[in-house]
Amino acid sequence: MNIDTIKNGYVIDHITSGNAMKIYELLELGKLDCQVAIITNAKSKKSGTKDIIKVGELINLDMDKLAYIDSNITINVVKNDKIIEKKKLTLPEKLVNVCMCNNPRCITSTEKELDQVFILTDKERNIYRCIYCETKLNKN
Amino acid sequence: MNKEVRHLTNIEELSVDEIDDLIKVANDIIANPNKYKDKCNGKILATLFFEPSTRTRLSFESAMLRLGGNVLGFSEANSSSVAKGESLSDTIQVVGGYADIIAMRHYKEGAPLVACNKSSIPIINAGDGGHNHPTQTLTDLLTINREKKRLNNLVIGLCGDLKFGRTVHSLITAMSRYKNIKFILISPKELELPEYVKKEVLEKNNIEYIETNNIEEYMSRLDILYMTRVQKERFFNEADYIRLKDYYILDKNKLKNAKDDLCIMHPLPRVNEISTDVDNDPRSKYFLQAKYGVYIRMALILKLLEVK
Ligand SMILES: [Zn+2]
Repeated sequence: MNIDTIKNGYVIDHITSGNAMKIYELLELGKLDCQVAIITNAKSKKSGTKDIIKVGELINLDMDKLAYIDSNITINVVKNDKIIEKKKLTLPEKLVNVCMCNNPRCITSTEKELDQVFILTDKERNIYRCIYCETKLNKN
Repeated sequence: MNKEVRHLTNIEELSVDEIDDLIKVANDIIANPNKYKDKCNGKILATLFFEPSTRTRLSFESAMLRLGGNVLGFSEANSSSVAKGESLSDTIQVVGGYADIIAMRHYKEGAPLVACNKSSIPIINAGDGGHNHPTQTLTDLLTINREKKRLNNLVIGLCGDLKFGRTVHSLITAMSRYKNIKFILISPKELELPEYVKKEVLEKNNIEYIETNNIEEYMSRLDILYMTRVQKERFFNEADYIRLKDYYILDKNKLKNAKDDLCIMHPLPRVNEISTDVDNDPRSKYFLQAKYGVYIRMALILKLLEVK
């Protein structure tokens, strides 16, 4: 399969199979004016299959959201047909308004103007907790 | 936000030394109540109870009155501005102009953090949903200190709802900072202590614990037996509640192998987890425990108001 190479933009590579659509939605890539290509189940040397997203413009990518969905991702920054940088992601210490607390008893469910804030409480196990009620963030 | 104001939302915000100091002051209040009767003259405690809890509210009010202060507040959300749709942040900022310190109970977990971020005066969390209730834990610690004369070298039996029972979780957290503590966790399978408390508190601190569903099995080893109530509001399913609510009832017979100096505790109110025939056993300390709750709250109010 052949998808146009991009002149300026990003190739978001090594996305765990199945996560591309989550990224598409959370980063609202559908609202962009530029070309966006989503490739799912591409062959991968590392893990069998992977997803890839190509974005045809150097937009402001929200790295925290990307890392939250999938910290294995590599981001290739393309400028004038050349990859000028390969970015690896690290888990953000804090997630602000990336996801909602799903504890129905949490104060964020009634106090509407509050930011939804989660902090990384366990790096090894990739566990985030709501700063208000301390409920573990369930990523699914 | 005022950074200099000290609040208490969670027992872990207090160091072991600070807890020792609070216990010392509480013991001094018990010994010399007259010395403290005017310490908070002219000060006002606001009790903001968005969820009713008569016992906890009265305990706070008694504490402030015994310090010579005054109290105002509300005892449930539908008699307050919340019923008119005011946000918690707004309520807190308004009350900051009416009082010097707030004791707040809220049905939403994390509400105290929101309140503290907006408050110009100290806030004491008097319970937020199934989350934290630090003054209950302070009460428990004062009771253990007074009745056992120590906070280390103890075998503590926790019995009943260990899954949803927040008093149990924070007592475990608080006690795990003292030396040579062992826990006997007594509960039916369905109400076992959650995995994260075992992992993140007990195992992380290398604390010995045994799980059993038989209340009598380890009775003879216990220094403290902490009974809890199975609370209906923590269940999503009525049938489970009915099935589990009477699982453990402590009576005289079950105490036959217990130590003479066992200390029987309960955060109260009890429903029927402790048979009334245990009440006149000298080892029953739960009514004393409720009384101690007033003294430790007095000590806490003095600390947060920085009254010497
Ligand atoms: Zn929450």
